[in-house]
Amino acid sequence: MTKQQANWSPYDNNGGTCVAIAGANYCVIAADTRMSTGYNILTRDYSKIIQLADKSVMASSGFQADVRALQKVLAARHLIYQHQHNKQMSCPAMAQLLSNTLYYKRFFPYYAFNVLGGLDNEGKGCVFTYDAVGSYERVGYSSQGSGATLITPFLDNQLKSPSPLLLPAKDAVTPLSESEAIDLVKTCFASATERDIYTGDKVEIVILNASGIRREYMELRKD
Amino acid sequence: MFRNQYDTDVTTWSPAGRLFQVEYAMEAVKQGSAAIGLRSKTHVVLACVNKASSELSSHQKKIFKVDDHIGVAIAGLTADGRVLSRYLRNECINYSYTYESSLPVGRLVVQLADKAQVCTQRSWKRPYGVGLLVGGLDESGAHLYYNCPSGNYFEYQAFAIGSRSQAAKTYLERKFEGFMDAREDLIKDALFALRETLQGEKLTSSICTIAIVGVGEAFHILDQETVQALIDEFEIVGEEPPADEAATPDQSSDAEPGPADQGTPSDQGATPMDI
Repeated sequence: MTKQQANWSPYDNNGGTCVAIAGANYCVIAADTRMSTGYNILTRDYSKIIQLADKSVMASSGFQADVRALQKVLAARHLIYQHQHNKQMSCPAMAQLLSNTLYYKRFFPYYAFNVLGGLDNEGKGCVFTYDAVGSYERVGYSSQGSGATLITPFLDNQLKSPSPLLLPAKDAVTPLSESEAIDLVKTCFASATERDIYTGDKVEIVILNASGIRREYMELRKD
Repeated sequence: MFRNQYDTDVTTWSPAGRLFQVEYAMEAVKQGSAAIGLRSKTHVVLACVNKASSELSSHQKKIFKVDDHIGVAIAGLTADGRVLSRYLRNECINYSYTYESSLPVGRLVVQLADKAQVCTQRSWKRPYGVGLLVGGLDESGAHLYYNCPSGNYFEYQAFAIGSRSQAAKTYLERKFEGFMDAREDLIKDALFALRETLQGEKLTSSICTIAIVGVGEAFHILDQETVQALIDEFEIVGEEPPADEAATPDQSSDAEPGPADQGTPSDQGATPMDI
């Protein structure tokens, strides 16, 4: 008598890739807009990015139903924070909130792989990267999702500081200018699209800086 | 006031069919400093008098943002008001979370009224000692409601609560038919109504708070400079003597000193349950 196994899973993977890069006074957060299931495409035009606060933008790949639920919870929590403190949450505060929210469901996790980007209290770019249960770290750049294995080594090559002793990852902001960082992101996605079947269609790029928030789109291969 | 044997707890009726504890709670509202609300087709303005208890202290917050489309002004026990505002905010957040749309104002006030009613029917509770003017916008237009400690609520075109609110109500009764139009006029009327409750004291932005919500305009409290600018503007434009008609006993035209001899301290004295 073998143990009965579940014949369905509460999770599905809708694919997709997210990237974020922190600059001296800006932050670039990008994600493709393809939503898949199995070998099929559900839509070519789905945004994985949400602005949670003035200076915090989150991109999440994984199971989009869980991603959406997570976004709603964070949005509601941010409203409560605003009522209580009369101001917007800072990016580091939002980072901690996201971590706690994820760990809250440690034993039935949100199947979401998140990258949080924004400006810290000093106006410098910051990027926080997470696993599904809330373990997080501030870094200078990060990538999550189906194309991450293709993009991360490339970003390491372009952006990683030569030694962690000289400049620890969490203080690293790229010396690149904003437009150079955007070009780098476009290159990442164009390359990932070539080899990852779950990445493609369009990339949505959100740029956060002192003057506010801005969005750009770039077409990607649709196959 | 009425000290008698049926007022010890809220679950005791008097022979005349009154719940004295509830009526006493409404007295608490009348003792609070004035709060005023008025609405047009597209906007709702809430205004209140903010008197600090001493020069050294800050004044109490009496207007609360509940959501982008709803705000409340309170009179009475401000602590109760604060707690109820937190409840209202939570209800709006939960509704938004579930339905991804804004909670209609009429629904919110019913929930609030039901919550107040519970406290009138439990022996271990007491009624909330605060009256709330709930102003908001939803698909059916702009709304202003008054929720009282008894658990009753009413919709109004304009209303005033708290001490010396009768003076403001009299002013509003004459003016409310013109409330269909401009946002600036609505704020002006709110300021004039507020001035009525001050009994001749000078109206400045340091003793009042104004908040507005409207079509395309999220609920927000106007900052001090804006309010002072508006006060100056409206006072310069001739003391728009509110005393045009002879009918009203309590107007004298000057905004400035010259103690407006408002002969009517008669905002109380109405029979309870009358609000």
